[in-house]
Amino acid sequence: MSFRLIPCLLLSNNGLVKTQRFKSPKYIGDPINAIRIFNEKEVDELILLDIDATKNRRPPNFALIEQLASECFMPFCYGGGVSSIEHVKTLFKLGVEKVSLQSSLAATPELIREISANYGEQAVVISVDVKKNWLGKQKIHSHAGVKFSSTDWREHITTSVRLGAGEVLLSSVDHDGMRNGMDIALIQEATKLVDVPITVMGGVGTMSDIKEAKQAGASAVAAGAYFVFQGPHKAVLITYPRYEEIANL
Amino acid sequence: MEVAIIDCGIGNIKSVQRMFEAINVKADICSSPEMTIGCKKLVIPGVGAYDAGMSAIAQNGWLDILNEHALERRIPVLGICLGMQLLCRKSEEGSMLGLGWIPADIVSFNNIDFQIKVPHMGWTNVTPTQENPLIPLNTQYQRFYHVHKYHAVCDDEANIIGKAIHGYSFASMIRKENIFGVQFHPEKSHTFGKLLLQRFYGINR
Repeated sequence: MSFRLIPCLLLSNNGLVKTQRFKSPKYIGDPINAIRIFNEKEVDELILLDIDATKNRRPPNFALIEQLASECFMPFCYGGGVSSIEHVKTLFKLGVEKVSLQSSLAATPELIREISANYGEQAVVISVDVKKNWLGKQKIHSHAGVKFSSTDWREHITTSVRLGAGEVLLSSVDHDGMRNGMDIALIQEATKLVDVPITVMGGVGTMSDIKEAKQAGASAVAAGAYFVFQGPHKAVLITYPRYEEIANL
Repeated sequence: MEVAIIDCGIGNIKSVQRMFEAINVKADICSSPEMTIGCKKLVIPGVGAYDAGMSAIAQNGWLDILNEHALERRIPVLGICLGMQLLCRKSEEGSMLGLGWIPADIVSFNNIDFQIKVPHMGWTNVTPTQENPLIPLNTQYQRFYHVHKYHAVCDDEANIIGKAIHGYSFASMIRKENIFGVQFHPEKSHTFGKLLLQRFYGINR
């Protein structure tokens, strides 16, 4: 099994931050420096999400992305503000191999088809954030405040995969940054929906959390806080398990 | 020119160039066929759909010069991912014919009988199946980043030099004489990929 463990870095004002339940971003450092360290640790893959781009209605910061991509001798996925095939073309030229789409799918779901026709399905990741509403039901959440035609995450995932998405990045807002374990029921349900690999995110605090997610059917686990914070006071320290530890999960 | 990386708009060429840079090899990105004249090694990267890749090669006048490098000058050629698939005859993914240099066809993963996730995405061990210049026989774990929906099926087992397992065993590295193909991305496979490109660069013909 080629299970992947992926650091997911959040970009805000050109610095890296880590959120808690998608709120209160805490500055953790310079992105180039962090990516260099993750590259040295030979991480399986890296995801970079610019959490301001769509909110501030601006395109991806291509100059910075190019610098970051040049430090990655592993697969590099970028998300944030990607809203046209031109953006995607530029990103791939700079050395990104996967783009993660979220907000742009509300208005232009066909973008998935356009990218996969040109670059293959493996190049398109759809990012889905879910959050429990006051009734305890999981619904699609939009950090950037866009309106999806349906807030049913299951329907959104199956439709997007039918359009040509090759991977799903599924995050639980309620677990983000909490380091208290992942939403296993959500993972079990999601991984049965579609054939494509599902990467899950939100809540990793220990290696056994990762193991549980893997057993629940996840193809990959992404995490932020787990790789950048140490101890209860959240001292910033970048870590990544050794290959043997991941292989033995 | 030491290494020519062909750029017909179908691949993540920058990453390939950077990996060569990391081993102190000057690799040039060639956006037109003329630029490759006299190159000592040729890399055909590629990401995306089969027909899109093949038509990019056909439309921009690459076909003749590629045939010349590979079949007449017989310099070492390395196809990466879709680039590897294009070395073969055809693919279930498209209707266009490939370069046809290696007697193999590209088929889609059988995810029905094997209950596997497709695309195959992730780090997978590659086991060399015979002596070859790219990956030493005696090394235990050599993992490479794979991401693909289709894989090669060779007419002759002799053209397979490395196998990987995703549900079942498939040809992850293929070869015919001076022409090599790897299904995975050495440029995105840390040390393992770096060493592989170094060995490719070191091939004396």
